[in-house]
Amino acid sequence: MNWLLLFEQILNGIQLGLLLFLLAAGLTLIFGIMDLVNLAHGSLYMMGAYFAYSFAGWTDSFVIGVLLALPATLLLGIVVEVVALRTLYDRNHLDQVLATFGLILFFNELVRIIWGPAGLDLPLPDFLNTSVEILPGIPYPTYRLAVIAVGLLVALFLYLLVARTRIGMLIRAGASNREMVGALGVDIKLLYTIVFGLGAALAGLAGMMAAPILTVEVGMGERILIDTFVVIVIGGIGSIRGAFLAALIIGLIDTVGRSILPDLLNLMLPQAAASTAAPALSSMLTYVLMALVLAIRPAGLFPPRGA
Amino acid sequence: MTLSVRSVTVILVLLGLALVPPIASWVDQGYYTVLFARMLIMSIAAIALNLILGFGGMVSFGHAAFLGVGGYVAGIFIFHYFEDGAEWMGNGYVQLAATIVASALVALFIGAICLRTRGVYFIMITLAFGQMLFFVAVGLEIYGGDDGLSLYTRSEFPGLFDLNDRTTLYYVSYGTMLACLLVSWRLINSRFGMVLRGARLNDRRMKAIGFPTYPYRLVAFVISGVMTGIAGFLLANQTDFVSPSMMHWTKSGDLIIIVVLGGMGTLFGPLFGTIAYLLLEDILPSITESWQLFFGPMLILVVLFARGGIDSLLGPRSRPDD
Amino acid sequence: MTRSVPLLETVSLMKRFGGLTATDHLSLTVMENEVHAIIGPNGAGKTTLIGQLTGEIRPDDGRVLFAGRDVTGLPVHRRSHLGLARSFQITNIFLDFTVLENVSLAVQAHAGHSFRFFADARKERRLIAPAEAVIERVGLGRRRDDVAHSLSHGEQRQLEIAMALATDPVLLLLDEPMAGMGPDESARMVEILSGLKDELSILLVEHDMDAVFALADRITVLVYGAAIASGTPDEIRSNDAVLDAYLGDERP
Repeated sequence: MNWLLLFEQILNGIQLGLLLFLLAAGLTLIFGIMDLVNLAHGSLYMMGAYFAYSFAGWTDSFVIGVLLALPATLLLGIVVEVVALRTLYDRNHLDQVLATFGLILFFNELVRIIWGPAGLDLPLPDFLNTSVEILPGIPYPTYRLAVIAVGLLVALFLYLLVARTRIGMLIRAGASNREMVGALGVDIKLLYTIVFGLGAALAGLAGMMAAPILTVEVGMGERILIDTFVVIVIGGIGSIRGAFLAALIIGLIDTVGRSILPDLLNLMLPQAAASTAAPALSSMLTYVLMALVLAIRPAGLFPPRGA
Repeated sequence: MTLSVRSVTVILVLLGLALVPPIASWVDQGYYTVLFARMLIMSIAAIALNLILGFGGMVSFGHAAFLGVGGYVAGIFIFHYFEDGAEWMGNGYVQLAATIVASALVALFIGAICLRTRGVYFIMITLAFGQMLFFVAVGLEIYGGDDGLSLYTRSEFPGLFDLNDRTTLYYVSYGTMLACLLVSWRLINSRFGMVLRGARLNDRRMKAIGFPTYPYRLVAFVISGVMTGIAGFLLANQTDFVSPSMMHWTKSGDLIIIVVLGGMGTLFGPLFGTIAYLLLEDILPSITESWQLFFGPMLILVVLFARGGIDSLLGPRSRPDD
Repeated sequence: MTRSVPLLETVSLMKRFGGLTATDHLSLTVMENEVHAIIGPNGAGKTTLIGQLTGEIRPDDGRVLFAGRDVTGLPVHRRSHLGLARSFQITNIFLDFTVLENVSLAVQAHAGHSFRFFADARKERRLIAPAEAVIERVGLGRRRDDVAHSLSHGEQRQLEIAMALATDPVLLLLDEPMAGMGPDESARMVEILSGLKDELSILLVEHDMDAVFALADRITVLVYGAAIASGTPDEIRSNDAVLDAYLGDERP
């Protein structure tokens, strides 16, 4: 194992962690404030990626494409909230799971009809498709650095929003005590719609940023959705701080773990056994971490107050 | 004694299912035996899930993992029997015992952790553990990894039956399904079942009157996991194939839908639900290619507006002991 | 009547929620065969106290002693097995079960383990007979086979008590048993509780002063989590601190 490679993996891990955080931040607020299990959050991530693909294609510019796709996802989120999810707040979790599962099927099929079943590639513009020498002798893709920068900026923005603004105050209050916010005479419906739209935009942004690295395809939201759940559960439902920390931990463990685990196993096991076990074990890492955290703290690292 | 609509329906459905193989061979449509065998096997898994979901209130979103555990035990044993000539691994009794032990252990592990949590946490964690097993299967490259593993022969139970025969497999599945119904029926009315149902209705009160609910929930989770594991074992034999996709999280979602569609917390609901769901899945694609576009929203509507499921169409919801 | 043996004791019990002190160095004793009432204005920490006695809330400091042993760290269900039963302030029953099923489930909790998977629990005489006796006792005999959600509010409160009694307790913690009841229903409840006085001890948290003074042997007044007075009903009636802090609120 070489240290330079490890360093690169750590950066990749941070980048994955920040993408996870973008998804988890919205979702954890939706859980915390509206007590809604939303499986369709991954669909918004997917829609963000497809929007970016189309807008970038039409405008011939990646940046403008992303800038257009962002409000589009926000709008889509609001429509989904108003049309479908609003009726679900008073339902039990099982109903919410089933209904949002239905939404996933719907969106997947919709995408298949509009964009076709094959995976699509969203090419990077030239200025991002380069690499930067971050340390002497270590080039690192500019785009991945940009993703890290955007992720950190959004995290900062969210922190300021939640900690310093009136909406943020309501969000915090709502995440720890739903009845109280209603008692304050706040238009709860509007607050919910805003939070959901914000969550959708963040999920969409994650999808757009992941699009050039991965393939834009049907079902892309589902795999990352489950990782996002792991992040939220570890972080504690309703906690943005917890989501941030857990997202980075999961991103790092997943990425770094995958690259060093085979070497570690080689030290401990015979070659053949190690190469058999490594892929299975490294994909288990994040779940094992989740199991450990929950065995010690069933409500996650930062449980909401009163829970 | 008068028979209710529900009893008549149940008797007709069970009779009808018993007659599928002769009818299918009479009209020379072997496909129906295959389809209905699959239905019987999936209904075993649905009955198992209903036990903890309907009666125990545990929304397990990773139950397909147990289908995978059972399926992979069958697949792996048959693989080694075939490839390495390990005679004992070709023995159906050994395979079944291994299925039961493996699914019980996995259920014990997953349940022990998940049941410490409640509500949304429980849903997400069972989902995550289900996904973990999915990726384990993907990572098992000697057993085909992503592509899965074909079974070159089926389980044989010397002196009893051989699942290589399609009709035998059908009736074994049928018998297993009946046995699971019987087990559910006795279970939900037993002391154990009362505790399980009480914990669903009001966990706090259960503790206050002196029940530690955790061990009871855990045992129910393990029983359900083992039943589903057996279904997976049969499913592998029926399709001659196992792959990670049988434990994909959407399969867990399908199982939940089946239970809700049929009628949660009713004895026969899971059976009705499975039949309806698999028939829809069989028929809809022939009507329109994009059937999921309609199926998704339809699902939402069923969930939101037809709460009692199919079972409630057969008269007022009865006490589960009827 | 013996009054010498303490059955339940709290020793300097403390519980804070954020900046709020819900239980403040509370030391309280319930004697055997005593009806001990806790009164106090809203927010005095009565429900938090009950929670700590039953084991739902872990105190920050101090101890809870029951029947001569330290139960501070014991979970709810273990305390139930030592003979501590409770009723809930907000009716907390199995709404989908019949009255008989509700009560026999409580009997079942104290009739050996429940890892019995085959025999029909609703045909077990060992569970049904004691349950029926308790149901008769609280006056729900006619409603035996009715589903709990079809009962009136007063009847549901009676069922609450029946479920607590079915666990064969030595101490009954009653969290506002008269809550939401009309005068007739309250009188009925006082009658039921009076009938229990000879066999077990009761810790009664209640707002209905008529009921408290009718039933209690001793009264403790709780204000902001601390006991400001404790004594017989007559002593409490004439206690100045109590009049100021508590009864004063109630008077126009």
